[in-house]
Amino acid sequence: MGTFILKRVLLLIPTLIFISIVSFIIIQLPPGDYLTTYIQALEATGATVDQSTVDALVKRYGLDQPLYVQYFSWVFGMFKGDFGYSFEWDKPVSELIWNRLFLTLAISITTLLFTWIVSFPFGVYSATHRYSIGDYIITFFGFIGLAIPNFMLALILMWIAYSAFDLSVGGLFSPAYAEASWSLAKLIDFLKHIWIPVVVIGTSGTAALIRTLRANLLDEMNKPYVVTARAKGVSERRLLFKYPLRVAMIPFISTVGWSLPLLISGETIVAVVLNLPTTGPLLLRSLQSQDMYLAGSFIVLLSILTVIGTLISDILLAWLDPRIRS
Amino acid sequence: MFRKRRDSKNRDGLAKQNASLSLSAMTADSPPEEIYVASQWKLMWWKFKKHKLAVFSGVLLIILYIFGAFCEFLSPYDPNEYHTKYAYAPPQVIKFVGENGFSLRPFVYGLKSSVNRETLRREYTVDKSKEYPIRFFVKGEPYKFWGIWETDIHFIGTEEGILFLLGTDRMGRDVLSRVLYGARISLSVGLFGVFVSLVLGIIIGGLSGYFGGIIDLIVQRLIEFLRCIPTIPLWMALSAALPAHWPPLRVYFGVTIILSLIGWTGLARVVRSKFLSLREEEFVLAAKLAGAGRMRIVVRHMVPSFLSHIIASITLAIPNMILGETSLSFLGVGLRPPVISWGVLLKEAQNVRTIALTPWLLIPGIFVVAAVLAFNFLGDGLRDAADPYVR
Repeated sequence: MGTFILKRVLLLIPTLIFISIVSFIIIQLPPGDYLTTYIQALEATGATVDQSTVDALVKRYGLDQPLYVQYFSWVFGMFKGDFGYSFEWDKPVSELIWNRLFLTLAISITTLLFTWIVSFPFGVYSATHRYSIGDYIITFFGFIGLAIPNFMLALILMWIAYSAFDLSVGGLFSPAYAEASWSLAKLIDFLKHIWIPVVVIGTSGTAALIRTLRANLLDEMNKPYVVTARAKGVSERRLLFKYPLRVAMIPFISTVGWSLPLLISGETIVAVVLNLPTTGPLLLRSLQSQDMYLAGSFIVLLSILTVIGTLISDILLAWLDPRIRS
Repeated sequence: MFRKRRDSKNRDGLAKQNASLSLSAMTADSPPEEIYVASQWKLMWWKFKKHKLAVFSGVLLIILYIFGAFCEFLSPYDPNEYHTKYAYAPPQVIKFVGENGFSLRPFVYGLKSSVNRETLRREYTVDKSKEYPIRFFVKGEPYKFWGIWETDIHFIGTEEGILFLLGTDRMGRDVLSRVLYGARISLSVGLFGVFVSLVLGIIIGGLSGYFGGIIDLIVQRLIEFLRCIPTIPLWMALSAALPAHWPPLRVYFGVTIILSLIGWTGLARVVRSKFLSLREEEFVLAAKLAGAGRMRIVVRHMVPSFLSHIIASITLAIPNMILGETSLSFLGVGLRPPVISWGVLLKEAQNVRTIALTPWLLIPGIFVVAAVLAFNFLGDGLRDAADPYVR
C-alpha cells in the first residue's frame, strides 16, 4: 500500500510539469499578447501611446524575454504564490483567484456529495426492481439528464423559477451578503442559493452513476455465489447488502477521479449562465480579453485540483479494492 | 461494409457458440439452420433489430441528417432573411378546421402585430380573418442547392402571407429554417470530429496496443493526463486562441479539431484494449504461423474483428462532440454568427427575460437533446449487437 501511494505521488510530478507547460502554451497561442490588445484599445480611444511607455510596459511584464525564460519565471513565481499580474483588472492575479477557486471547489464537492446521495438509492432500486415502472422512470430521467446540456438545464430551471414562482435565481449570495465577510448568516444565505447550480451540474453525473451502479449490481447479483446464498435461504436484504452492494459501490469511489474534471467543466459553463462568482465567468472573460496570466493561472489551478482529486480517488480505490494495488 | 466474411474465426466461434445460440431468443424470428450459415454482420443485424429503441433512434437520426443535408430545400425561408415586421413572432399553429369548416389542406392563421405602449414590445394576436394554406413545392426565395443547382422551389411554404412554424427571433428570422440549417453544421461537427478522433485513436491506440512496452506506457500516461484536465476550460482556452479574423469555414474546422483533441483518448483506449486481447487469439497465431505479414494480420484479421466495437464506440462518442460544439458556441467562443449551428441559435436565448417572453428560442435545444439521446440509444444498441455471440 505504501509503495502504491508513493508511486502515484511520484507520477504526480511529471503530470504537474506537463500541465504547466500545456497551460503556458495555451496562453501563448493567441496571436499577439495582452499588451498589443491594450495598446490598440488605447489608440482606438484616441490616446497616443509613445514608444517609451510601450517599452516600459514590455520590460515590466518581461515580454521581451525569450519564451522559456518567461515560462520559468512564471512557474517559479507560482511556487512563491505569485501568479503574475492581471492586465485587465490591474491587480495581482493571486488577489482575484483564491476566492473564486474556493467557491468553485465548494460547489464541486457539494455536487459530488449530491450525486452520491441521490444516485445510491435510485441505483439500488433500479437494479433490484429491474424492468418495473420505477426502473423505467429512473432510466428515462437518467437518459434525459445525460442528454441535456448543462447550460440548457440551467436556463430551463431559471425560466421555471422566473415564470412560475417569480424568483430571480442566479448568483450565490443575496446582494446584502455579496461583499460581506463570512458569517453564519452569510453561510445560510449561501446554502439557499447553492442548490440550483448543484442540481444543474450534478444531474448528468447522477444519471451516469445510477446507470453504472445499476449495471454493476445486476452483474454481481447474477453471480453464482449470490444464487447459492439465495438457495440456502439468506434473506434478500442481507443478500443485497452483504457482498454485491459492496462490490457495486466501487464505481462510487473510482468515478471521483473522472467526475471531478466533469464537475469543474460543468461548473465553468453553468457559472456563466447563472452568473456565479466562481472561476467560470472570469476565466471566459480573461480568455476573450487575452489576460494571459489570469487565464493561465485558472487553467493550471483547475487542472491541479482535478489531478489531486484523481490521486485521492486512486488511493481510496486501492485501499478499498486490494485487486488494484498490484 | 456488409460483405460476408467467413474467416476461420467466424466458423470457429460459431461452432463453439452454437449451443448457446440455439438457446438464445435470436432463433425466435429465424430458423436455426440460418444461424449456422449467417455471416457475422447478419447475426449482428438480427440482434440489433431486437433493440427497438435503437432502431427507432437510428431512424430518427437518419431523419435529422436528411434535415441537415437538404436544409435549403426543406426550409421555408432563407435563414438570414429579416422579416422586420415580424420580430419575435410566436410559432403559428397548423390548423385543419377553420372558420369555413374542415379543409384537408392544412393552413395557418395570419398574425396581427401591435406595439404595446407600456412595454414598447411588439405583441402579436392571431388574425383569424386571414388563412394561409400551406403548400408543398412552392416558389420562394431563390437559393443554390448544395451550392450547385439554382432553384427557388421550397418543400413547404405559403404562396402569400407568412409561415413561422417555430416562431421568429430578434431580427424576425424564421427559427424553423435556422434550426434546419443548424442541423447541417451541428450534426456534421459530430461526424467530422469523430472521424478525426478515430484516425488519431486508431493510430495511437493501435501502436500502443500492438507494440506495448515503453510506447504503451507513454501513450497511457498521455491519455490519463488528457482525461484529467477539465474539458470545457481547455476547449474554451483553445477556441479563444482561434483568430477572430478567420473565415467561418476555418473556424469550423478549428473548433472540430479542438473537440477531437480530447475525443481521441476514449477511442484509443478501446482500440488498444481490443488489440491487446486479440493479439493473444488463436486465429492471429494461426495467421502468423501461416506466414502472414504484420500488416496483413492487422488489416485483414484483427481490424475486421473489432470493427463492430469501434463503430459502437464512435456512435457513443458523437454526442459528446455535439454537446461540446453547442456549449462552446453558446458561450461565444466556438462557432460565431453568421455561421448557423444549434449552439449559435441557443446563444439568442441567453437570459431569463428573453426565455420568459420568447420560449420558442429554446427549440434548437430540443433538437440537441433529441440528437444526443438518439446517438446514445443507437450506440447502446450497436454495442450490444457488436458481440452477437454473447446473449
